[in-house]
Amino acid sequence: MIVAEQKDLEEIRASVGEVGRVLVVGCGTCVTVCFAGGAKEAGILASSLRMAARVEGGSQDVGDVTVQRQCEWEFLDAIAADVAAADVVVSIGCGIGVQALAERYPDAVVVPGLNTTFLGLPVEQGVWEERCAACGSCVLGSTGGICPIARCSKQLLNGPCGGSSHGKCEVNAEAPCAWQLIYDKLKAQNRLDRLMEIAPPKDWRAARDGGPRKIVREDLRLNKTDEK
Amino acid sequence: MSSTGLSGSNLEAVLAAGDFAVTTELGPPKNADAESIRAKARLLKGCVDAANITDNQTAVVRMSSVAAGVIALQEGLEPVVQVTCRDRNRLAMQSDVLGAYALGLRNILCLSGDHQTFGNHPQAKNVYDLDSTQLVQMIVGLRDHRRFQCGEEIKGVNPRFFVGAVENPLADPVDWRPLRLGKKVKAGADFIQTQIVCNVPRFREFMTRVVDLGLASKTHILAGVGALKSPAMARYMRDHVPGMDVPEALIERMEGAGKGIDDKAERAAAYRKEGMAICVETIAQMREIGGIAGIHLMTVEWEEVVPTILDRAGLLPRPRRTSEQRKEAS
Amino acid sequence: MTSAEVRAAAAPVGDGDAINIVAFCCHYCAYAAADLAGSLRIQYPPSVKVIKLPCTGKLDVQHVLDAFEHGADGVMVAGCMEGDCHFQQGNINAKRRVAYTGNLLRRIGIEPERLKMFNMSSAMARRWADAVTEMDTTVRRLGPSRLRPRSAGPEGRTP
Repeated sequence: MIVAEQKDLEEIRASVGEVGRVLVVGCGTCVTVCFAGGAKEAGILASSLRMAARVEGGSQDVGDVTVQRQCEWEFLDAIAADVAAADVVVSIGCGIGVQALAERYPDAVVVPGLNTTFLGLPVEQGVWEERCAACGSCVLGSTGGICPIARCSKQLLNGPCGGSSHGKCEVNAEAPCAWQLIYDKLKAQNRLDRLMEIAPPKDWRAARDGGPRKIVREDLRLNKTDEK
Repeated sequence: MSSTGLSGSNLEAVLAAGDFAVTTELGPPKNADAESIRAKARLLKGCVDAANITDNQTAVVRMSSVAAGVIALQEGLEPVVQVTCRDRNRLAMQSDVLGAYALGLRNILCLSGDHQTFGNHPQAKNVYDLDSTQLVQMIVGLRDHRRFQCGEEIKGVNPRFFVGAVENPLADPVDWRPLRLGKKVKAGADFIQTQIVCNVPRFREFMTRVVDLGLASKTHILAGVGALKSPAMARYMRDHVPGMDVPEALIERMEGAGKGIDDKAERAAAYRKEGMAICVETIAQMREIGGIAGIHLMTVEWEEVVPTILDRAGLLPRPRRTSEQRKEAS
Repeated sequence: MTSAEVRAAAAPVGDGDAINIVAFCCHYCAYAAADLAGSLRIQYPPSVKVIKLPCTGKLDVQHVLDAFEHGADGVMVAGCMEGDCHFQQGNINAKRRVAYTGNLLRRIGIEPERLKMFNMSSAMARRWADAVTEMDTTVRRLGPSRLRPRSAGPEGRTP
């Protein structure tokens, strides 16, 4: 899932500015599950913005609405009236949701309420960790199911480096050394021979380094002639 | 693979002749002044077979290792240019390698490099396009296959370096380290320099496995030794440097050296004297370990003690290879 | 408990001087303690308006914000003794939410001391009275909330 964190209230207030009518838009998918931008969070943020404005002697009309997924046009269509009525829209969806809103409603002033951080999972309630770097050429089959691009601080493919200490990465003492995990896993499964092969340099074209990515599935596209 | 005469470097010739080799480190300055390099080079030349020029060590910006290497070379000291994967992609690395060779440099050491969060520009984007093993393979490929990493042929003079890699023998996972060294040898590393070793018995175990794997005959392994300046430095290494097994006995010995000395300056001098003595002893022990082809002496901004330590260790004078002998080795 | 109920409880009473504290009380302990205090005619300040919850674990951050937004000068959350919650962990969850809300209030610009959680058993009538007294004293020291609806502000302090 996409994991994000809410920006500081001060930062959000500053980017909203002193406008009359604000709409907070939450999202019911990833950011709900990481407690950053769901319906509850949207209501709390709207209350916070209203109250903070009044504490300073002003006032701000802030409403909130939450859609199932901010990254799908059909869900965004449903809130057209709310968006039109607002001076500023604070999207507390992930960066994709913010952009989808801005693209669907080109006249709307849309600001982000979250910092979208990584692709990861909740390892336990309240704790999320990065797992995937969306590199476009997955090598998990060679590394025992542990990703060296996302989980090794240096993205080594022939790790570990000399900074692996007691199973922790020297860059971040709380992060496990990905290559220690890979080594332990393959050793336990008697597959260490996989590590003896020298992994060649990565083709980063499939990753973000190659430019913004796009996938087209012609077999799924709606053919305009078919619809007639 | 261990190859003789591929680069014409002095370090290569010394190792090829079977002499016990000596390398050390020279840190470039945090400014644009060539003079400090010349001063250090004058101090070290003649005492070592080659000196590593570090590359933005600990992710702190310093003069580039290629530039500093050329200045050292002009002063008569043979450099080992260190290249990390942190700051450059494969284009920049190959470009630097071409230039370094054209400027007369002949030894390269390939490292992953300390993560930028350790240094003075933690906000920088890091590169890590390649890792150190792939870097070894790439530079060996420029030499042995006359091809760039993309497969394109190099027309004209191709860079022919003596290529080194590093290993941290007591870092985790310890069992994997000899095999990881094997991967670097497979990639083509001509020589290996290890991280500083303080626990010689454990290092002996590591070297036994390395020799058993047949690796010591395929590459030249230089054991890392360090000169401790104080007990505080020993403790810092034990607690903050990964893979550093600093035995308690060593720390106690360092502390003991300063006991009863009240004057701060005198105590500091006593610590340094003990640190140098321990270094000389460690070097002697390293010479007895099978598979060790030399030492890599690291003195961390204390280059001035290098000649003294090497002299006491009986490693001076260094063998002088005439240009004829070097050509013969080619 | 509806938001309308919270708003009604939060609305300031009568003239500007009266302090208004909303108390979210769990049915099993705190509400019973409050009831007992009444039966025993224990005296304590009249500034509190009680909202009954099945358990303090039912309390949402939003409820507390609603109370303050609609004029409450203070908010109490009263639940069972830790370890004795009728629903096992409800009061522990409430404790976490109260702490979270306190930090949020500070960012909004409201003194976090206006919000506090208390634990008591159903027999602790005096504890209930003491808790209300403590909240009343704190809130009087801090003064009426800056978020009181304008028309109900005390003289000279209308926001």
